[in-house]
Order: sequence, then structure tokens, then C-alpha cells
Amino acid sequence: MKINDVILHSVTKVAVFIILTLAVYLFFSGHHNPGGGFIGGLILSSAFVLLFLTFDVETVKTAVPVDFKTVAAVGAFTAVATGLGSLFFGQPFLSQAFGYFGLPILGETELATVTLFESGIALVVVGVVVTIILSIGEDV
Amino acid sequence: METVITILSGVLVSISTYMILSRSVIRIILGISIFSHGVHLLLLTMGGLKTGSVPLLGRGAESFTDALPQALILTSIVISFAVTALLLVLAYRVYQELGTDNVYDLRGFKDDL
Amino acid sequence: MIYNLIVIPVILPIIAAIISIFLRRFIKTQRWIAFGVMIINTGISIYILQLIQREGILRIDFGGWEPPFGILYVADSFSMLLVLTTSIVTAICLLFAFSSIGEHREKMFFYPLVSFLVAGVNASFLTGDLFNLYVNFEIMLLASYVLITLGGTKVQLRESIKYVVINVVSSFLLLLSIAYLYGTVGTLNMAHISERIAEAGQTPLLTVISIFFLFVFSLKAGLLLYFWLPGSYSAPPAAVAALFGALLTKVGIYALFRVFTLIFYHDSAITHTLIGIMAALTLIGGSIGAVAYKDVRQIVSYNVIIAVGFILVGLAVGTPEAIEGSIYYLIHDMIVKALLFLIAGIMVVVSGTARIDEMSGLIRNYPLLGWVFFIAMLSLAGIPPLSGFIGKVLVGQGAVETGAYILLALAFLSSIFVLYSLLRVFLNSFWGETIITVEDEMPMKKGWIIPSVILMIGTIGLGLGPEFIAVYVSDAANTLLNPETYINAVMTD
Repeated sequence: MKINDVILHSVTKVAVFIILTLAVYLFFSGHHNPGGGFIGGLILSSAFVLLFLTFDVETVKTAVPVDFKTVAAVGAFTAVATGLGSLFFGQPFLSQAFGYFGLPILGETELATVTLFESGIALVVVGVVVTIILSIGEDV
Repeated sequence: METVITILSGVLVSISTYMILSRSVIRIILGISIFSHGVHLLLLTMGGLKTGSVPLLGRGAESFTDALPQALILTSIVISFAVTALLLVLAYRVYQELGTDNVYDLRGFKDDL
Repeated sequence: MIYNLIVIPVILPIIAAIISIFLRRFIKTQRWIAFGVMIINTGISIYILQLIQREGILRIDFGGWEPPFGILYVADSFSMLLVLTTSIVTAICLLFAFSSIGEHREKMFFYPLVSFLVAGVNASFLTGDLFNLYVNFEIMLLASYVLITLGGTKVQLRESIKYVVINVVSSFLLLLSIAYLYGTVGTLNMAHISERIAEAGQTPLLTVISIFFLFVFSLKAGLLLYFWLPGSYSAPPAAVAALFGALLTKVGIYALFRVFTLIFYHDSAITHTLIGIMAALTLIGGSIGAVAYKDVRQIVSYNVIIAVGFILVGLAVGTPEAIEGSIYYLIHDMIVKALLFLIAGIMVVVSGTARIDEMSGLIRNYPLLGWVFFIAMLSLAGIPPLSGFIGKVLVGQGAVETGAYILLALAFLSSIFVLYSLLRVFLNSFWGETIITVEDEMPMKKGWIIPSVILMIGTIGLGLGPEFIAVYVSDAANTLLNPETYINAVMTD
């Protein structure tokens, strides 16, 4: 039976963008303000969950053709690789660096290697959460 | 305030103990997640609650809250999240394969290999 | 000096696991990646052991945060010996898994999970931070939760739900104990905790907290609180069961040794006596279990419990000889328990049943298997010159010195029970009329028997040549008995 829930569909189409924006905002506000990779990733995956709820799993899968297990693996690899990166500079494992750069539009910006690590975390969270939701949801 | 929170976490732990000792797998899982909340609250209390300031670094800070318990709790929440998800999937699979969510029916190892 | 080398035994398996997830379809590549990493880890562990001999205890502060503020890994001889044994045993179990685990399990990320398990085990051995120990326990346990259910047969699901529930609850109890300890001493760095307790004295409150830790780690190690263990260790396939039997309880034992020699060693009249009582009860319970069952996997699992009791007798006694004996026995037990689980797995597959009264005359069909089992049995019973002997002698010597005659009697009576329970398996299933005809006989795969033979050579080698590791073992026992060495290595630059 197909339920025609127009309201949910139209709200989701708008809400997903708001959620994604919030996720990105929280992700970048990390390591000085509340936020960071884990929270950002969790909100990002909540956007996916909302999509899975509103449209069916197959539709979303054709629209976003990625294997979320691979996403988690890519994230884990990024996180470990940034930790290992410090080894090449003779620093202890998981050392971090940051610097201030004058960028064209953003002005003076702080760029930190933590952000790379955090992006790995965010990917892991998205991959794992969506995989869990899908594996519970798929065979009901 | 610390006393109240400690009592609260004690209440949570006792509720969860009651639930973990029940027969239904779902109740056990809920009990475990309540248990984790109790433990997290206790961890927060152990660092000292509300010293009148936020956890903040900076050399001139007069007072600050211990930031370590919060980091520990965040880590622990992530772990309990993963474990609860895994337990739910497992309970669902057990229900599918064995047709029961009663732990009393999950006893024994005589019947098959 | 920065010793980034110490993180390699943890990071390498993690990277191998991630790469193997990408290569999901290429099972052969995954096999050799996992196996290769274990071999490299073996080499690195040996190198680090040598380095410790030269330069003392090594450490690495993550991100350059100096102790007691940051997380750190500390490598002393005790932890590196265990990392070394873990790498060797895992490599051999993987070799066994190649031909026994089955393609559908291999496709469901078997090799990445084993790598994660090893990463968690190694990290637990290496960490110098109490909360990090909890996290590493969780990494190891999460991998083990999935490994025990992998394949999803009915028995596995039924046993795994108990295993997962009991381990999750005990993990939160560990967190609870850590919270109490943090509230009392205000630090999580193990060396720093030890220093503070040594300064302020081990108050009754701290002793109570130490008993919390004792119970939590006992749950993990199977010391007295072992009721979950036999069922869940006999459910998964042989390669996984061998890994569990060899590694998981040993991490709990390691944690007990570390906590009760480094942190809570002041009030040994209470804590170490309690450990002694628990070890004695474990020996009795394990012995009864080992002779009570007819399922070969149950018998082997109860043998794991007896070994846990025996190793903890060494800690309870606490003399240098006894601790040394415990370390020897720990290493010996990791090798022989893996061997025993592998043989039990082969027996179940070739005879089609797990009950020893339904098997008979296997030695006619598979002579080599029978003799490997015989050697493993003698080694576990502590017959010289096999590897169980030296551990038993040293622990016994320590017990005599301190006058712990009850523990001594129980420890050696348990050896007789081990011998009896395994001899019963041997007489019932290997001796007697053969029930497998030549036509029905399943050919013994090379991939099954070679790992068992390698492990057998390992136990003979360890028994004949303990002087190769004697330097490291005595150094490990030294560090355990003199916490200042550890504290100095961590707290000074």
C-alpha cells in the first residue's frame, strides 16, 4: 500500500537542507566551540534517516549511490592517517598543528589539522549510523 | 547538588538492575541503556558539579569546571550508543531465528550441535 | 625521546582492517594482509623487547601531551611479551581460519574483525591510562561481539546474547569503578594514581574501590565469575573460539595484574587474600566443570577457567618467583589453549559430533592429530619438558615460600583434574574401535593440521628453551613488583 503523504514529502525537501546546513555549521565550529565531527556526523546521518523515512530506501539509494560501509571505512582511514601523518614529522602519534592564513573571501582563518581528523570522524559516524538503520530497517 | 545527582544515579542503577533481571530481551537492553545513563551521571558528579563557571582553558581563569569527565562521558556515550545498536540488531536476529525474546527459552546446549 | 614505534602494534592491525574493508571481494588479499600484519607485529614486538632491555620502559605521549594530562602508551616487558604472544597466536589461528572458517564468514568482514580484535587486545596491553583501558576493552569486545555472532547459526545467536549482555554490563561496571577512582584521586593516569595513593596511603575507601576493580576484571577474566564463559566459548567456529580462549580472558588477567601490582598493592591483606580465595574457588569450579561434561568444547572451555585460577594463584602469592611463574604460565596458556581449541574444532568437524562418548578411535584415522592432542594434554598438565612445567614449578615454589599450602594443594590438584579431563577425551575419542570407515573418512586438510603442529612445536620449544625469554620474564616480574620503575618511566621526561 502506498501512502500519499504530501506534507511529509514537502517538509522533508526543505528540512533536509536546513539539517545539512546545521550539520556543516556544527562541524566547522568544532574544537573551539561546541560542535565537531561526532555531532556534525550525527546530524548529517539524521538527515539521511529522515530521507529514508520519507521516501523509501530504494529511492534514496539510487539518488545517493554510495555504500555506507565504505564511507565508514574511508572516514576511519582519514582519521588514522592524520594521526599517522605526525609520524613523518618526527612528532608523537596524533600530534596536531594549526596556523592562521589570510584567505581571499574568508579573511584571516585558522586552519588546523584537527579538522581533517574530525572529517574522518564525521564520515565514520555517518557510515555507521546509516548502516545500522538500514540493516534493522531493510528486512522488516 | 552532588548528593541529589548521586541519589538520582543510584535510582537509575536500581531501576536498571530490576530491568536487567527480567526475562524479556528488550527489557534487558533498555535496562542496560538506563544503567549507562546512571553511570554517566555518576561520572559527571565525580568531577564536581557547577563551580560557577564553564570548562574553559585560559591562564587567567578564576574558576572553571573540570572538563575531563565531560570528555569521558562523550566517549562513553559513543560506546554505549554503538553497543546498544548492536544489542538491538542482535536481539532482533535472535527473535527472527529462534522465535523468542524470553531469556528462559534461550537456555541449554543439549538439543543441537 | 619519542618512541612512536610503540603504537605500531595497534595501528597496523587497524589500517589492515580498514584496507580489508575496501577489498571486500578479494578474500585472498584480505587473508594475506591480516596474516602479514601479524607477522610484522611479531617482528616489531621482538625488536621493542630488545629496546626495553637496553633503554628501560618506553612510552609514547599521544599528541605530545605530557603525563599525567594526556593519554599515553607504556611498553614494559610484561605488556610486550603479551603483545608478542598475541601476534604469534593470532597469526597461527588465521592460518587455521583460511581453510576452516568458510567463505560466507570471510565475506562478512571476518579478517577486518580479527584485526580490530587484535588492535583492541594490543592496545589494552599497552595503555598507561585507566580510561583508555576501558575504551580499548570496548574495541576488543565490540569486535568479539560481532565475531561470536558471525555466521548467525542458532547456537551462536543463543549464546552470543548472553555473552554480549554480561560483557556490556561488566563494561559499565568498569566505568563505574573508574568514576569512583577518579572522584577519589582526581587522575586517570595509572602511574599518577599509583603515586598519589602511595603518598596519601590506601584508605579503606580506596580498598573498596579496588574490590570493585577486582570484580569487574574478574568478570572479564573468568575468575570465579566465569558462568558465562563455557557456553559462549563453545558456540563460535574453532578459529574464533581459539582466538577467544587464547586472548580475551588473558586481557582481563593482564588488567588484574597491572591494577593490583601497580595501583592497589598497599593493602594486600585484604585484596590479595580475596584474589587468593577467588582463585581457589575458580580452580575448584573449573575442575568440577572439566570432568562433568561430555561435550569436548565444554571441557576445553572449563580448562580455560582452571588456567585463569592457576595464573591468579601466582598474583595472590605475590613473591617474585610466583609472579615470574604466572607470566610463564600466561604465555604457555595462550599457546596451548589456542592449540586445544583448534584440535577440538577439528575433532568436531571430522567426527560430526561434539560428544566424546559418540566419538571413538580417531587416532586410527588421524594419527598425527591424536599425538598433537596428547602433547597438548601433557603440556597443560605440566609434565616436563613441556612449557606448562616451568610456570607450575615457579608458582608452586612461591606458594611454598609464603606458606600458602591450601592454594598450593588446589593448584596441583587442579593439574590432575586437567590431566583427567583431557585423558578422558583422549581415551574416549582417540582410543577404541574406530567408527569412521575408510570411505567416510574426511581427508585431513593441510590447513588444519599445520597450525596445530606449529603450536605444538611452540609449546615444546617454550618448554625446552625458556632461557630465550627468561631475561624478559624476569624483567617483567621485576617491573610488576617494583612499581617505582614504572612510575619513574612515566612521570619523568
